[in-house]
Amino acid sequence: MTTDTVTTEAPLAAVRRPPTRSRLGERLLDILLRSIVPVALALVAGGILLLALGRNPLTFYWNIWKGGVEMGAWQDSAIRMAPLLLIAAGLTVIFRANIWNLGYNGQYLLGAALVSGYGPSLVNDVPLALAMIVLFLLAGAAGALWTVIPAVLKARYGTNEIITTLMMSFIGIDLAAILIKGPFQDPTVTIPQTRVLPLGKMLPNIPGTRIHVGLLVALAAILVVHYVLTRTSWGLRLQIMGANPRAARHFGVNLPRLILVAFLVSGALVGLAAAADILGLWGYVRADQNPAYGDTVIPFVFLARLNALAVVPFIAFFAVLSTGGDLAAQQANLPTDFLLVLVGLILLFMTVTEYLGRRRDLGGSYLTPGLTQALRSPLGRRPSP
Amino acid sequence: MIVASQVLTDVFWTSVIGGGLLAGVPLMFTALGETISERAGVLNIGLEGMMLLGAYVGFLGAYYTHSVWVGFLTGIVGGMVGSVFMVVLCVWLGLDQIVVGIAITLAGEGITSVLQGTQFGTTYPRLNAAPTFAIPFLHRIPVLGASLFTQPVLVYLAFVLVGVVSWLFRSTNVGLNLRAAGEKPEALDAAGVSVVATRSWATLSTGALAGLGGAYLSVVGAGIFTPFITQGQGFMAIVIAMLSRGRPLWVLIGSFLFGITLSLSSSLQPAGIYISTDITHMLPFASIIVALMLFARRSYLPPALALPYVRGAR
Repeated sequence: MTTDTVTTEAPLAAVRRPPTRSRLGERLLDILLRSIVPVALALVAGGILLLALGRNPLTFYWNIWKGGVEMGAWQDSAIRMAPLLLIAAGLTVIFRANIWNLGYNGQYLLGAALVSGYGPSLVNDVPLALAMIVLFLLAGAAGALWTVIPAVLKARYGTNEIITTLMMSFIGIDLAAILIKGPFQDPTVTIPQTRVLPLGKMLPNIPGTRIHVGLLVALAAILVVHYVLTRTSWGLRLQIMGANPRAARHFGVNLPRLILVAFLVSGALVGLAAAADILGLWGYVRADQNPAYGDTVIPFVFLARLNALAVVPFIAFFAVLSTGGDLAAQQANLPTDFLLVLVGLILLFMTVTEYLGRRRDLGGSYLTPGLTQALRSPLGRRPSP
Repeated sequence: MIVASQVLTDVFWTSVIGGGLLAGVPLMFTALGETISERAGVLNIGLEGMMLLGAYVGFLGAYYTHSVWVGFLTGIVGGMVGSVFMVVLCVWLGLDQIVVGIAITLAGEGITSVLQGTQFGTTYPRLNAAPTFAIPFLHRIPVLGASLFTQPVLVYLAFVLVGVVSWLFRSTNVGLNLRAAGEKPEALDAAGVSVVATRSWATLSTGALAGLGGAYLSVVGAGIFTPFITQGQGFMAIVIAMLSRGRPLWVLIGSFLFGITLSLSSSLQPAGIYISTDITHMLPFASIIVALMLFARRSYLPPALALPYVRGAR
């Protein structure tokens, strides 16, 4: 079968050769070019679009800087980084295994609904620290639970995870709305939303700032994920499975279990993102609230080449862009959705830069071959790797 | 206690079938488009963006010319503009189809919202209701007459199109080329037909159909354009197309069933039953998941799906 041959012959793209000292500079330049160029081109193209809409792009970008960094606004950007980083960590884990988890919206919203549903009463009943830990675990468990079905279907039958995670996401979004409008509804208001956490009973701030400790949790998660992926045998096994499932099986890797665990970790991290966001920033959730963080995080996970540490500066950049973008869009009298155009442009230019890079034979691809491979046998049992 | 006979009245059935059709037609167009490009080996994840482009441009066309037909035509053009990116980047240059698809979706969501905002601000002008066309004689049949045979003309066109695509696949050279482009592009190339051209046309028609589906949503379905009007229907269409495994008739059935679930809660309201859309919306996905768990088995998708074709590469 074609599927097999391609899988076996795919280069071990994820496992890169360590650079020799002489090539290090070249490599750094390569990484820099591939990461910065798409972003720069997207900003230029976005600027042209702004001009076409009769807005001054320089003022727009200056307002982004003002609203995202200056005058303590960097703290708002940092707050926004917390959920984004956790989702990025979750996506990095699963993408490393060459598996798509596109169900992040459902996983996030279920976690958010549970946290804001049980949070208000729990923080009054038990000590705050204990309540926070329980709520984080609850959201993580909810996110992980929502990946179990796609994981089992993938591990046992090779059912394509893109469809199953997308469908579970739709179900999760609806279920979260049902929970928020039903058992978790705040009885004192008419709009469908949960009760609000008491102001003093949210995640504490990092001393001296307005930034809640959820950011520290997120950074810790990034460090742990990076350590596990690059320094442990589990990370190596995940990488081998991602690069070449058949080889992984020959190495004695228990593929079904590894797939399941990778999915659980990914879902749990997305769930934690919800907990950090609700407990640190929002304090409640509305039924029609769907921030769809994952959609905008995906490009940056790829730009960072599935490297958990490298994701941090990209997410910081995006956090500034989206925090400041709110102000800039308001000033320019544009909908904030303009940022989606920018992110879409970054993705487009990323693939184009990739193409030019490939032409110049600079190195591997953003996407490991197996991730593309995963698309090719939806629903069906894939020939056992 | 609500007795079944109180609910299952003619009015109810009329509203279920009619509502299912009305809500299912955009899915039908879009999923049909996805079927064409999947058969040709191009996985189009950017449907949501193309639908939105079609919905917005189609709305503009209908708004300024006061003609739904111009609206549909401009909607088709809007969707095709979205798919041109896919053609150039994925088919010609062989770049990653999923990343480009996500990019088109995000950019489509953003640009339509921005353009709508700059043009109309926070007002949402409304179009006149699209004219319906009652098929002679047939529209007098009880229940079916009022639901199935009294619809906007585009609905009938959707059915015709399903038949045409089915016929194309089964008994024309074009269909054979399309399938070969997804099954074994080398063979098509060896037979002297350009794989890139075949896939380009397939991708363009996907964009056109997604744009038409989007235009239907804004021009006929809602009568207004609001940002994010598609609400994930592009992704639903992908699921329908993948579950139909390239068979247009299944696309029709699947879209109709999904359409019913989208409109079921408003159909039940006259009978005094209030089921939230959240629940009815969940049903098709939940049932597919259950079915997958029970009967997970081999399905068929073109072997060359989502793989760029490079002449001479093996």
